[in-house]
Amino acid sequence: MPYIEFPEPEVGVLRRRPLIIEGLRNRVGMDVLIVDEDGRRAYETDAFTAYSCMPMLVVLPRTTEEVSKILKYCHENDVKVIPRGAGTSLCGGALPSEDAVVLCISKMNRVLEIDFANRFARVEAGITNLEITARVAVQGFFYAPDPSSQLACTLAGNLAMNSGGAHCLKYGVTTHNVLAVKMVLMDGTIVEIGGTTLDRGGYDLLSFVIGSEGQLGVITEATVKIIRSAEAARPMLIGFRSPEAAGSCVAAIIAAGIIPVAIEYMDRAATEVCEAFAGAGYPLDAEALLIVEVEGSENEIGVLLGRIAEIAARFDPKTVSISSNAEQSARIWAGRKAAFGAIGRISDYLCMDGVIPLSQLPHALTRISQICAEHGLRVANIFHAGDGNLHPLVLYDANSPDEADRAEIAGAAILRLCVELGGCLTGEHGVGIEKRELMATQFTATDLDVQMRIKSVFDPGWRLNPAKVFPLDASESLRAGLAARAPEAA
Amino acid sequence: MIAKLASQKRDMEVVGHGALRNAGRTSKADVVLSTSGLKGVTLYEPTEIVMSARAGTAVYEIEAILAARGQMLAFEPVDLGPATGAPGGALSIGGVFATNFSGSRRIAAGSARDNFLGVRAVNGRGELFKSGGRVMKNVTGLDVARGLTGSWGTLAVMTEVTFKVAPLPQTMVTLAYTGLPDDLGIEALTVAMGTPLEVSGAVHLPKNCASRLRQAKLKGIDEPVTLLRLENFSAAVDERKEKLKAALKVYGHPIELDAEQTWSLWSEFRALSVMPFSNETSLWRISALPTKAAEIVFAIQKFMDVVAFYDWAGALIWLEVPVAADAGAADVRRAVSVRGGHATLIRAQPEVRASVDVFEPLKPEIERLTRGIKSAFDPDGLLNRGRMYANI
Repeated sequence: MPYIEFPEPEVGVLRRRPLIIEGLRNRVGMDVLIVDEDGRRAYETDAFTAYSCMPMLVVLPRTTEEVSKILKYCHENDVKVIPRGAGTSLCGGALPSEDAVVLCISKMNRVLEIDFANRFARVEAGITNLEITARVAVQGFFYAPDPSSQLACTLAGNLAMNSGGAHCLKYGVTTHNVLAVKMVLMDGTIVEIGGTTLDRGGYDLLSFVIGSEGQLGVITEATVKIIRSAEAARPMLIGFRSPEAAGSCVAAIIAAGIIPVAIEYMDRAATEVCEAFAGAGYPLDAEALLIVEVEGSENEIGVLLGRIAEIAARFDPKTVSISSNAEQSARIWAGRKAAFGAIGRISDYLCMDGVIPLSQLPHALTRISQICAEHGLRVANIFHAGDGNLHPLVLYDANSPDEADRAEIAGAAILRLCVELGGCLTGEHGVGIEKRELMATQFTATDLDVQMRIKSVFDPGWRLNPAKVFPLDASESLRAGLAARAPEAA
Repeated sequence: MIAKLASQKRDMEVVGHGALRNAGRTSKADVVLSTSGLKGVTLYEPTEIVMSARAGTAVYEIEAILAARGQMLAFEPVDLGPATGAPGGALSIGGVFATNFSGSRRIAAGSARDNFLGVRAVNGRGELFKSGGRVMKNVTGLDVARGLTGSWGTLAVMTEVTFKVAPLPQTMVTLAYTGLPDDLGIEALTVAMGTPLEVSGAVHLPKNCASRLRQAKLKGIDEPVTLLRLENFSAAVDERKEKLKAALKVYGHPIELDAEQTWSLWSEFRALSVMPFSNETSLWRISALPTKAAEIVFAIQKFMDVVAFYDWAGALIWLEVPVAADAGAADVRRAVSVRGGHATLIRAQPEVRASVDVFEPLKPEIERLTRGIKSAFDPDGLLNRGRMYANI
């Protein structure tokens, strides 16, 4: 795929590799380093697998102090650092460069404190998303954001990307569920941002940090909110004859004052594949399928699902079926959560992540189909309907370079469409390298300058995960070291 | 206009309708820049639970438009005006996000910041920029919009804000437990928050503050009051109320307030009418851990007479102290800092607010970042200089 460019590696740094290995070994010990090629290969790509690059070196620190030593050394020796969690980024957020050290946080995965009375948990950032919930579930609590990759992805990655999930319609995304972070700046300074209380004092630095894609610092610990789980939750399936009917139904549910905990949408292509994979009981004759989940007591759930069924009836659904037991509910969600994997078994795909205002849904789906058809490609649509977060999966054959190119072009066209319709390029996957050059379609040069200046405050030398998020030409002078002249922290 | 003033390096005081002018540090400036002319709702999509409005739009106008469609601002913005001697009802939507002062429903619906989606603003360089947007999920680039919340106009002047709205609950009820000392009252709130009943308001008022309540059913009460609000559709509220009563059985038998009574009662916290303006007292707002909140107030009480109440299930303390040269800052900050949390001086004589730290003093490495951020947005320090911290 020729469309994503990379800056030339710094030859001087490559030449100094033995010295850098030596320097880091002296500071943190050899057992933190992965030097050999086979070992490094595991870190050459993330879940945006179309691109890969062997990093110069991988480090797996065990403590915040080790992270600080590593960053300080890299800062003093002008070495780039690529922070990494579990490597599940779908946008190349953890893609290495040849002249960079990959700093992987996955060994820092302990729970440090759980405080049920004050409803927070303090954890190391390498813990997996699902493990946090597993550790608090005994008391009936959970950690709310639930990206599909939650079994594997780390909290560090969630913090970097401000991850969402299927249930954020009610519970919000990562930035709504984090109270504080301990973070190491590129110069090795350890900072604690936020606290254990609900409000933070001073500027809301945490808002800048969450979703900054590893550009501002390396988060080693976080304090997250834990929430008491609902008594019960139950999904229902509604199959429609058209995407328009499904979209109108979502709007009508919200207009009726009901905010379900999740509203998921799948088109026919996606439904068929997921049903074949998971046997979830999805109807196969519907053009558009909604999974609507509500929470509460059994009585409340009954009332709410009944009201939603009444609303759905106005849109002439083909099928309405309410999950009758926990096992069926689990299967319904298993099908949805396995969707990306299931589709991956039949085809390579690019997973897009644009967001649109819900009212634009029918128009957007029509245009997406047209765009893919124009490029001779098929598409399967899965998305979080409650918040307009689309995941069109553009199917292609990775063995055909031509098809891969066309997929990338079609994907970019879809994202531009989302911006045109009043939405944005990415709802939860992040920009990474994938959408970097598209940023100018959503932001003016000034908008981007405002963001890049914030990066320069935290990382004046632009050594942390550089050449991502911001268009290369926009960030070129900063990456080239002119940052020293930019406004700097006093 | 800001670009022109910025090019002349003129210091600007940023205000809306003046609801917040008596709060925060005092800012001396050449020019008062008011957003009060920037009025009107620019986008409202009830089915997408989203609204945009120009920054100077009055909150009460926005709430009236929302109510007509059965919706609301879920985070219940608090109007500091009456408590600080400024006019009530002058709060602008820009001021809500500039201060991020959220009301009682914050424990269920998140803060103003949490419900903030997008902004258009002008920074101290005179540059117009945008961040975020009108959709609920957006991770495109840095979250500058949310980063501006709580910055008190020191980084940029918001011109248009976009935020999430929510359906009005079909009905609501309040359970009022009486006679509980602070620690037990907050314990009851904590127990309630540990249930799956989605309590949407959790306040404890010690006796000397409860006596200031005006709601007819509680007026003149001579005991501490512990309040829990439930909201939902009718059948759910009935069911949850019984479950909550069962969970809190050991705390006694509550007085019940119906939907109308509940509405008027919780409006009192939005206007802070239990902390009325007075020249004899100063007002603090303390962010605390619920399990430490009563202890903090107890510790401060050793040094002075206080009137306090606890919102957010004990995570927020409003504390009235007698007028003093430092508004009790030394004792308040000591009591808070050893127990985790931070304190903001809301109401005090202007000379006091000019001489003591109004906001919690910053740790050195955070101060370095704070100065860096200020400089990135407003390198010449023209916007609301000194409004939060001296020389920032």
